[in-house]
This record gives sequence, structure tokens and C-alpha cells, in this order.
Amino acid sequence: MNTRSTHQPIVQMKDIEKHFGSVIALAGVSVDVFPGECHCLLGDNGAGKSTFIKTMSGVHKPTKGEILFEGQPMHFDDPRDAITAGIATVYQDLAMIPLMSVSRNFFMGNEPIKKIAGIPFFDKDYADRVTMDEMRKMGINLRGPDQAVGTLSGGERQTVAIARAVHFGAKVLILDEPTSALGVRQTSNVLATIDKVRKQGIAVVFITHNVRHALAVGDRFTVLNRGQTLGTAQRGQITPDELQDLMAGGQELAELEGSLGGTV
Amino acid sequence: MADQANPAPPMDERVKAIPVWRRALIRPELGGICGTILVFLFFIATASDSGMFNAQGVLNWSTVSAQFMIIAVGACLLMIAGEFDLSVGSMIGFSGMMIAIFGVTLGWPIWMAILVTFAIAVAIGALNGYIVVRTGLPSFIVTLAFLFILRGFTIYLPQTIERKTIIGGISEAAEGDWLAPIFGGKILEGLFTWMGDAGMIATFERGTRAGEPVVDGIPMLIVWAIILVILGHILLTKTRFGNWIFAAGGDAQAARYVGVPVNRVKILMFMFTAFCATVFATCQVMEFGSAGADRGLLKEFEAIIAVVIGGALLTGGYGSVIGAALGALIFGVVQQGLFFAGVESSLFRVFLGVILLFAVILNTYIRRMITGER
Repeated sequence: MNTRSTHQPIVQMKDIEKHFGSVIALAGVSVDVFPGECHCLLGDNGAGKSTFIKTMSGVHKPTKGEILFEGQPMHFDDPRDAITAGIATVYQDLAMIPLMSVSRNFFMGNEPIKKIAGIPFFDKDYADRVTMDEMRKMGINLRGPDQAVGTLSGGERQTVAIARAVHFGAKVLILDEPTSALGVRQTSNVLATIDKVRKQGIAVVFITHNVRHALAVGDRFTVLNRGQTLGTAQRGQITPDELQDLMAGGQELAELEGSLGGTV
Repeated sequence: MADQANPAPPMDERVKAIPVWRRALIRPELGGICGTILVFLFFIATASDSGMFNAQGVLNWSTVSAQFMIIAVGACLLMIAGEFDLSVGSMIGFSGMMIAIFGVTLGWPIWMAILVTFAIAVAIGALNGYIVVRTGLPSFIVTLAFLFILRGFTIYLPQTIERKTIIGGISEAAEGDWLAPIFGGKILEGLFTWMGDAGMIATFERGTRAGEPVVDGIPMLIVWAIILVILGHILLTKTRFGNWIFAAGGDAQAARYVGVPVNRVKILMFMFTAFCATVFATCQVMEFGSAGADRGLLKEFEAIIAVVIGGALLTGGYGSVIGAALGALIFGVVQQGLFFAGVESSLFRVFLGVILLFAVILNTYIRRMITGER
């Protein structure tokens, strides 16, 4: 497992602090992300997961701290900068436009151009072909490239969004709770997709509050609690119960569990 | 090769195969196509002996339909981009009045009056759009304000300057102008004279125009309508910008996130709607030879009705220019057809309401089939 330490982390977040007025959302969080790993970011609601990834993807500017991308200090003014640099974020409900076809969604904002008599047209044949190809790679069977995204299941939509980010050259893929609204089967599909993407050498930051989902694909695990990290653990060094305890702040959960008969 | 490397996943046994004919039929324009067929069948059955389908009759309802089409194209693209423009009707009155004031009262050459009017109108469209995207207010409210503002000026300006609400004398001022015939002229006049001589269409039998065909050319209004529909359709379905229009109306935030310049798209569509309204106004002013303060009243709703009959979604992100054009055709044919059929003209509104209701219900079902909405 230590082959990773021979190469540089692609993203280093150092002592990130973020204050919203008098609220300290992040109080010094440090995380490294390596190419080809799936780094799971766990935490309960309000732990600061969303604030943290929004800082990474350029939505928020950190109050204090440093972001290094491929070893260079980076200052993202807006999400576009982060996307251009190669950090793509797939938000749970903001990924796709349901009324539009899969291929139009896939190339939204990056439409291929074909010139006919000097006039730039949308190269629909190319877009359709690439979309069908990419979807087949991800194991999604479309009726056709014109099928509307609204007809896809939640898991398939996440997969299309992931495939889109990868196709357009993402080096770091941030997934914001991609499995939280999905059924069992769809969740396994998305997790399988994450595994495929990681094997292509892309760094995946996987945000979740489900320990089982994290353990299924994660290489390393960072737990956030009340705006602070409780450290990063390697795969195999931590048990599900320990992770669960870290997330919920140990003591309190132990008491709760007692009252629920150990079912949580 | 690609197929070997990535074998297709097995078909999901719960996804029913859809027959080819059904896939070809299920499209946003289907409601419009059905409506058009029904309306024509109805009038062929009830008004075929009234002259509705001879050369003059066809010209009559196609001119009216073309008027609706011109403003429907603009309203359609804007609606797909997720916005409304309620100031279209007032813009028609305002633009016509501007041409009359510049060309007649101030005595400018008509081409200059037309070009300056277009510039002003498109700038007002841009202002509409700018206010909407800057403030985040519903375009319904912003353009409602402009409905009153523009109509107010359209009445105030001629009253103050000329002490009347109709300015005439535009035909005389447009005599010999190079730009005016682009809006007020006719094309294929030679063809129609030949068709008249050959006995294919009726000719006048008496009077000063004896021997001339009853229809002596296709008005530029119809040409503009056809050009705008074709250009609008190509823009929407075949270009990158068209994809941005869908994206801006479908989910502005998701579109912004992948780098679509949503604000620019919306402002440009407001400008295009104003442009279409001004094309309408210029054709009308050239045809009538005058500008009136009440021109274009309620046209914004007629445009929206045509667009909705044509299958567009009121909340944006879905629709078709061809559908909107068919909606405009239905509108024009019904309005003129009831006159030919000898039906009491006040019933027009009843017919319109019924068609609107049926078209929207049908369109909702079609859209659900396509997009999987529930």
C-alpha cells in the first residue's frame, strides 16, 4: 500500500479554516488526496463535509489555510477555475437536466462543433456516438442517445455525471453524497463506477455518512467531526465500528446504541 | 472494436421495447401536428365552399398565421430559455410608432427610421433581460412593467407631438426607399401574373385592375415568418447555442455549473423577442401605411398561446420552434376560418380556449412519455 507515498499528492489541503460570521465551520482541516485513490470523507450532518468540499471545488474561499494542487498553491475564484484545473464536482441533485437528452446533457457546456460552409453546428453525430460509447463503458444500457435523463434512475444519473466529468479530463473527482438517495442495487452500481474511475488513475473524493458504502470502495478514510479532522486512516487499519464511533463522537452514540439495542 | 471491448450490458427485462413508429411520433410537436390536421379537416368539412381554400382565402389566413408565427418564434425561444416576455404587444405598438415619428414627423429616410427603431427595440429587450438576470425577479413582473411603460409612451408621444394617436403618410414616405420593400413588399409577382394569365388562379374581371391576378405575390410578412421559423429551428436544434437555450431553461444552476453562460443566453433571447416584435411592427406599418397607438394589443398572450399549443413547457427547458409555428398556424386558421364558415365571430374565443385546453393536456401526456416526468 505504500507505493502511493512514492508519488506526490494531487491535492493538499493544509489547515483549512472557514468561518461564516461567528460560526466556525472548519477549524483547521488537513487532507491529502493521491491520484488513483478513493479518499472517503465521512462525517455526520453538520460536521463540515459540504463546506470542506466546496472549499476544494472553488465555491468557498478558505478563511485560513492553503490549497496545493499538483504541488502548486492554488487560489480558486469560482468553480470554473477549479474545473479548468481538473477538479470536477458531482452534486447529488444538481448534476443533470431531466428534460434534456442524455447526449445533450453529456456535452452541455462542452458541445462539439462541426463546421458546414463555415457555420459552426452542434456535432450531434459525434456527441451521440461518444455518449453511447461512454455509457456502455459504465454499464448503462440506453435506448438511444436521445433518451431524456428524466427517464433514468437516480443511480444512472450519478453515473452519467461521473462519466461526463471523467470524459472531460477531471483529475480529481469530488462526489457529494452520491449514494445517499439511492436503493441497494443503484448504490452498488455507483460504487462500481467509483472503482472503475479510480483504476484510471483519477483521485476520487467520496463524501458519505454511510460507513458501509465508504468501506466498500475507500482506500483511506478521513472523519470530520464538528469542523475538525479526527485523523486519516488507511484501509485495513480501522473497523466499521471504530469509524462509526468516530463519526458520531463515540460516547454519545454508545449511549444511544444501548437504548436502541445495538442496531445502529 | 469498441463493441468488443465493451460488450453491451444485457437489456433490462423491465424496459419495454418501443416500436419505431411510436418513437417517430412521440415528439414535442405532436400536439401541434394533431391540432393542425384536426383544424384543417374541420374547416374543409364546414367551409370548403366559402372560398377559404382558393388563392385569396389561402393568402388571407396564411398572412394572419404568419403574423402570429413571427412573434411566436421569439416567444418560443425565450420560453425554452426559461423566461417570459409580456411586453411583446406593447413593443409592436411602440416600434411602429417610432418608425412613424422618425420617418414622418421628423422626416428621416425610412431606412434610417427602421434601422434606428430596431436598435432601440433590441436595446429595450436587452434592458428587460438585464433587469431579469440581475435582480432575479420573475420575468413575468419585469416585462409586465414594460408592457405598461411602452404602451404609455406609444400613446403619449404621438399625442404630444402630433395631437393624434394615429400617424399616417408612411406609404408616401417609403416611396422609392430601399429597405421598406424588405418588410412591405411582395415576392414572386411574375409567377403569380403568369399563373393568372395561364388561368391557374382567378383574375379580376372588372375595374382598374382587370386582368391582374387576385393574388399578385407573396407578402414579405410570410417570407419573414418562414425565414424566422427555419432559422429559429436550426438555432435551437442544430447549434451549441441551442443546447444552451435548453440548458438555461431546464436548470439554470446546473447549466452554470458546467460553464453555460446562462445570463448571456437569456439576455440575447429577450433581445431576439424584441427583434421579432419589431419585424412584425415594421411589416404592419408598411402594409397599413400608418402607425396606431393601439397596435399589437394582447399580442403577447397570442404569442404565448401559440407557443404552448406547440408543445413548449411554460416553465422552460422544453419546446419546439416548429411546434410554435404550427400553433400560430392553428391560431390564424381558426380566427379566419370561423369568418369563412360564417360562424358568429365572438365564438372565436370559445374555440381558442377549447383548443388551448386540449392541446395543453395532450402535450403534457406527450412530454411525460418523452421525459419520464411523473
